[in-house]
Amino acid sequence: MKTTLKLLTVLLVLLFISCGGKEEKKEPFDYGKKPTTSEKPVEKKVESKDLASQRVDLTNKGIGPITSIVLGEEIDQAMVVHGSDVYKKMCMACHRPDKKFIGPAPKGVLERRTPEWVMNMILNPEEMVQKDPLAKDLLVEFNGSPMANQNLTEEEARAVLEYFRTLK
Amino acid sequence: MKNILKPLLAIGVFLLAFTSCDNSKKSDSRSGALAGNVAEKVYVAPGEHDEFYAFVSGGFSGQLSVYGLPSGRLFKVIPVFSQDPEKAWGYNEETKPMLNTSHGFVPWDDAHHPDISQTQGVVDGRWVFINGNNTPRIAKIDLTTFETTEIIEVPNSAGNHSSSFVTENTEYVVAGTRFSVPIPQRDMPIKEYKGNFKGALTFISVDPQDGNMDIKFQLIMPGFDYDLSHPGRGKSHGWFFFTTYNSEEANTLLEVNASQNDKDFIAAVNWKKIEEYVNNGGGTKVPANYAHNVYDDETHSATSTMKKEVLVVNPAEVPGAVYLLPTPKSPHGCDVDPTGEYIVGNGKLSANLTVHSFTKMLDAIENQKFAGDAYGIPILNFEDVLAGTVEQPGLGPLHTEFDDKGNAYTTFFISSEVVKWKVGTWEVLDRQPCYYSVGHLMIPGGNSQKPWGKYVVAMNKITKDRYLPTGPEVTQSAQLYDISGDKMELLLDFPTIGEPHYAAGCPADLIKSRSKKIYNLEDNKHPFAVKSEAETKVVRDGNTVHISMSMIRSHFSPDNIEGVKVGDKVYFHVTNLEQDYDVPHGISMIGANTSELLIMPGQTETFLWEPKQEGVWPFYCTDFCSALHQEMQGYVRVSPVGSNTELKWSLGEEIE
Repeated sequence: MKTTLKLLTVLLVLLFISCGGKEEKKEPFDYGKKPTTSEKPVEKKVESKDLASQRVDLTNKGIGPITSIVLGEEIDQAMVVHGSDVYKKMCMACHRPDKKFIGPAPKGVLERRTPEWVMNMILNPEEMVQKDPLAKDLLVEFNGSPMANQNLTEEEARAVLEYFRTLK
Repeated sequence: MKNILKPLLAIGVFLLAFTSCDNSKKSDSRSGALAGNVAEKVYVAPGEHDEFYAFVSGGFSGQLSVYGLPSGRLFKVIPVFSQDPEKAWGYNEETKPMLNTSHGFVPWDDAHHPDISQTQGVVDGRWVFINGNNTPRIAKIDLTTFETTEIIEVPNSAGNHSSSFVTENTEYVVAGTRFSVPIPQRDMPIKEYKGNFKGALTFISVDPQDGNMDIKFQLIMPGFDYDLSHPGRGKSHGWFFFTTYNSEEANTLLEVNASQNDKDFIAAVNWKKIEEYVNNGGGTKVPANYAHNVYDDETHSATSTMKKEVLVVNPAEVPGAVYLLPTPKSPHGCDVDPTGEYIVGNGKLSANLTVHSFTKMLDAIENQKFAGDAYGIPILNFEDVLAGTVEQPGLGPLHTEFDDKGNAYTTFFISSEVVKWKVGTWEVLDRQPCYYSVGHLMIPGGNSQKPWGKYVVAMNKITKDRYLPTGPEVTQSAQLYDISGDKMELLLDFPTIGEPHYAAGCPADLIKSRSKKIYNLEDNKHPFAVKSEAETKVVRDGNTVHISMSMIRSHFSPDNIEGVKVGDKVYFHVTNLEQDYDVPHGISMIGANTSELLIMPGQTETFLWEPKQEGVWPFYCTDFCSALHQEMQGYVRVSPVGSNTELKWSLGEEIE
């Protein structure tokens, strides 16, 4: 009897403690949330540098059918129109031109990637996410969302690349 | 003494143990080696492909299943005549018209005899045809997509059983009626059957380019039961042969009354002659009502058209086009050898197998040696057309197929065996038991001019103890035999879907390189297709709401929809934007009175949802599509009737 009473008291006290002091919280809970910029600005900066999507690698050509691409001096406008059309149909479901969506934004991609890498990622995504170190890290960064192979022809992928040149 | 005896005994026992151990080892290894040998013959290593496709009818399942040989592995069940919630066949708005008939929507049939299209007498792997037995229909399956793309109803027919066999250039797929019926159908006493009921043999032309089916003519025959059929080939190309029973024209207790005549007939039809007659304006167009359902790979939708007329031909109008060959005792299977010379009538109540000669038949016709006539159709003399008899090969012969070495293989239902015999000498060469009660059998190409005589598949009616028991209902079964040597060898048992009535097979190479991988999004002409997320929308029209939705790994667009009301008819038109092989997505909605959709890359499908309760109701992807499959979900807000909730839709508004 005595023990039961003691236990009850402890439980009651515990209950009171857990009840107190958290009334004005907006979110039901915040476990595991990514830290917001206001909280730890320094850490965030370091983190974003480490992100595969921000990494700059202008030597890696990726793995796939494309080994060498020479970009013309001038942007080929006819190719851009075609590429933009293909992009809208085949890529927009996951890639917004200038902001992160399901996958990364292509805006400025040629400042970070070689043209060969971009085309191999479009044409050979299954092998890229398995073997290419950058693509592997991207898959992790984007929650394991796989880059879909939309079966573009090389010509279509090349046109999309030309369109990317206009996204700065 | 005792002391000596003990060790001796011990040694004796020891030795015995060794010898017996040795013995058992020997016998083990013997049976093991044998079993291993057989196992190797059906073993297809992981990742490797089978040598043959086998298309096995589902019987009362109404479907067609696709197996590999020699492994006996099941690859796909193609929905044909029965609704299939797994694939939304007959449930989604696009395929419902495929099951339309003159009797309305018929969601089931009894699928019997698949036959692969042929070119110059050789199986070409373009299409499989199969008959719906109950509500007479012929379906065509396209072997680039492995989907049913056409179903034509057969008017004036009932129990569409002597079907669906193709002529040697797929000029026609033929559908013969089992039951004779009043033609046209009318209210009359059943007992006036004799002389009044008729049997329609229907010749459906097949367009050599797109395979489009059209009834060319119906031959209106005497009121027998037309059981099975096969085309002539090679020298007999241009003829078609049908077994008949119930030449007694009984309308009750056929078990007894249709087994009175010593002989029934094989009807030989010179279809080229009738075709010529029809092409010259012959025949009579009579009113009819039958459905012609066509599925289009570009709109991903079927249309059903009711046809109102059919051309009928009375055999008496075309002299010399139809003859009757007396054949003992209710012949069932009607099989023609690869040369086209021999027509095997498998008299199911006869002790012997009867084989007719095409050459002798032509001679008898030329010499006008007739034994009489039935309703004006000349009957030939049995002896004049008989090529030979396989004497007492077994009990209850049903069906015969052929290999490429001049041998025939006949199933015997009652004695439960496959018997191999020599065409021409009629001698029995070998026999192997079936477990149990075999019906049809199939050799790839075994009903064409060019059989691939490596395997025969026996399809059994009774399984009993062959597999682990599953209550009173057990699977039906097929058995694979190696027929490459002099003696047949049983290699494998494998379970089947429904009842396997017949099968068609061919080398995998004929088909696999042409198998489609995706539907091209560019070619999608579905009226509600969206070709990018930019085109997705929700449109209200009265109380009908059309949601044009897209899906790609791993989200729906839109995935939040508001403004739907109780009592609305909500159509989800969903397009899979993927353009990669083997990335289907599914979708299902809580409370929808229909099945899921399973949508292939580039395809659009539609289901109807009629929300009955207000609330916020989820939908989700039903086919595990990626690591984020569980995230592929969405909500529809359902407001009360008459509410003013604005129609809105979105995807990822909070994503930054």
